[in-house]
Amino acid sequence: MTAFLQSTFNGLVSGAFYALLALGLAVIFGMLRVVNFAHGAFYMLGAFGAYVLLAEAGVPFWAALVVVPLALALLGMALERAFIHRLTRLDPLYNFLLTFGLTLILQDLVKLRYGVQSSPYEAPAGLRGSVDFGLFDFPTYRVFILGFAVAVCVGVWWALARTRVGMVVRAATERPELTRALGINVGRWITPVFGFGIALAGLAGVLAAPMRAVNPLMGADLIIVVFAVVVIGGLGSIFGSVAAGFGIGMVQAWAEAYLSAFPIVAQTIVFIVMAAVLLWRPAGLFGRAEAPA
Amino acid sequence: MTSTVESRSEPAGRGAPSGLVAAARAPGWARYALLVTGLAVALWLPNGLYPAVAVDILCWALFAVAVDLLLGFTGLLSFGHAAFWGVSAYVTGLVAIHLGLPFPAAVLAGALAAAVLAAPIGYLAVRRTGIYFAMVTLAFAQLVYYVANEWRSVTQGENGLQGVPRELFGLDLTDDYYFYYAILPIVLLGLAGAWRIVHSPFGRVLVGIRDNPARARALGYPVHRYKLTVFVLSGFVAGLGGGLFAVSHRFVSLEVLHWTTSGKAVIVVVLGGIGTLWGGVLGAGILVRLEDWLSFSGFEAIGLVTGGIFVVVVLLFRRGIWGTASALARRWWGRRE
Repeated sequence: MTAFLQSTFNGLVSGAFYALLALGLAVIFGMLRVVNFAHGAFYMLGAFGAYVLLAEAGVPFWAALVVVPLALALLGMALERAFIHRLTRLDPLYNFLLTFGLTLILQDLVKLRYGVQSSPYEAPAGLRGSVDFGLFDFPTYRVFILGFAVAVCVGVWWALARTRVGMVVRAATERPELTRALGINVGRWITPVFGFGIALAGLAGVLAAPMRAVNPLMGADLIIVVFAVVVIGGLGSIFGSVAAGFGIGMVQAWAEAYLSAFPIVAQTIVFIVMAAVLLWRPAGLFGRAEAPA
Repeated sequence: MTSTVESRSEPAGRGAPSGLVAAARAPGWARYALLVTGLAVALWLPNGLYPAVAVDILCWALFAVAVDLLLGFTGLLSFGHAAFWGVSAYVTGLVAIHLGLPFPAAVLAGALAAAVLAAPIGYLAVRRTGIYFAMVTLAFAQLVYYVANEWRSVTQGENGLQGVPRELFGLDLTDDYYFYYAILPIVLLGLAGAWRIVHSPFGRVLVGIRDNPARARALGYPVHRYKLTVFVLSGFVAGLGGGLFAVSHRFVSLEVLHWTTSGKAVIVVVLGGIGTLWGGVLGAGILVRLEDWLSFSGFEAIGLVTGGIFVVVVLLFRRGIWGTASALARRWWGRRE
């Protein structure tokens, strides 16, 4: 039982990263119809931002947690204005390709400056050690990540459900044509929403810095898993993306704990689940069916 | 010709003429002249470039044409074609090493394995379209990558398969110059096969599906089955390229299955021109030559250049090289008529 709870907790922590990234992808996709391949690169930049600020300017973790996502949001908004914006009227595939190109560029820029080896980043002083939950101990930092990510998801949910901007975003995500037809100016919110999605990726990156190896390729493999997560959840559904993120995190952790004789299963379970979902509900667990094609 | 992916968003029937129609409009002599020029260049290539680079260009040309069969002529962006290229490379290498078969037989085995793998992946992937298709194929290719990484007893993991022989009835093919001419017929057969697919009634249906899937379905075409068939054929062609790549490098590493390899194949197609078939061959020539030059001159950040090419082409130059050239040529002919 203890082992089960422990692996569930671990799964929720890695699910928190999937959820934050998937949430950003879903919000961006909803407003812009763009699948942002560079999302993983921004996650990596978030982690690097925290690392560089601490190593070169002595900026502590807590400040980085605010500064880095904001800076990345600005960078994202600039890229949206400069490039992505020009292609939004075309087939979404073009922006997928564009952001793929941006990913290669961002990765190599970081690689040129900092090399490919991983850089260490220590957890802030208040979050070292572990928390005693009676049945098992848990590293404080992971408890913090989980709490923080859940708080962010709930906060975003609240903003989407209760604020005027949130209503526009939600409406534009789930019924884009209808929203425009009702005379709502969707265009005004596009750039800020893109920046917001990027900020979420950057935030996930800062959170990852003390826990995972900070290196230029850390976002590359992760983004593919997150793509599988949003296919499972249904990219059109913001709730579905978050739920699938946490769900996949747990499934992966269980596979690691109980199928440790088959390490390959734990690594690939997300893709196996994706295949099953494609067979059973091609639109994703929470998605709406596309027009038949 | 507007780029083909773009034209799908336009209403049916009003879409820009596809590459097919355009090709049929060019005068016959011009097409023969192009064909003769192309063959002459193919025969001359290893005399003008390092033969090893020329060999790479041939392999990547097959890969690009395979991706364009899906992207340009069926409207499906596969971002996971490294799975077929790479699995064929491994199977070719294993067959050549352990069975000692002549390399064309090993490559054929590899390509067949790629086609077999393409069947289940395609079956699942064609359930989604557009951007989802790209994400799903990318994810399945990553699955294949992890399996190869984990299955060390067969793939040798990080070390890679070493010492893939270039066996062909005892002929000495160690020199890349002669090896180039040994694989040229296979590559030309593969390219001719792709051309044949595009210009067959089957290929016309694919273009119909690309331009208006709902109408194709209404006309009674089993859209999923057509997409699956071309996916498998495309996997086979990509597999031909990957198998030849394995034999030419005498070495197979995990890189052949990595997502950057899938991405590079897509860059090659976009650079050459989506939906032009031969544009991919041209794009392969340019990108392979460029990468060789960059790594030769000690420039390490190749991704900076390939990523930059991608950004520029997608933003400013969506027809690609071949598409732009043929649009110019068509305008010129149009004026004379």
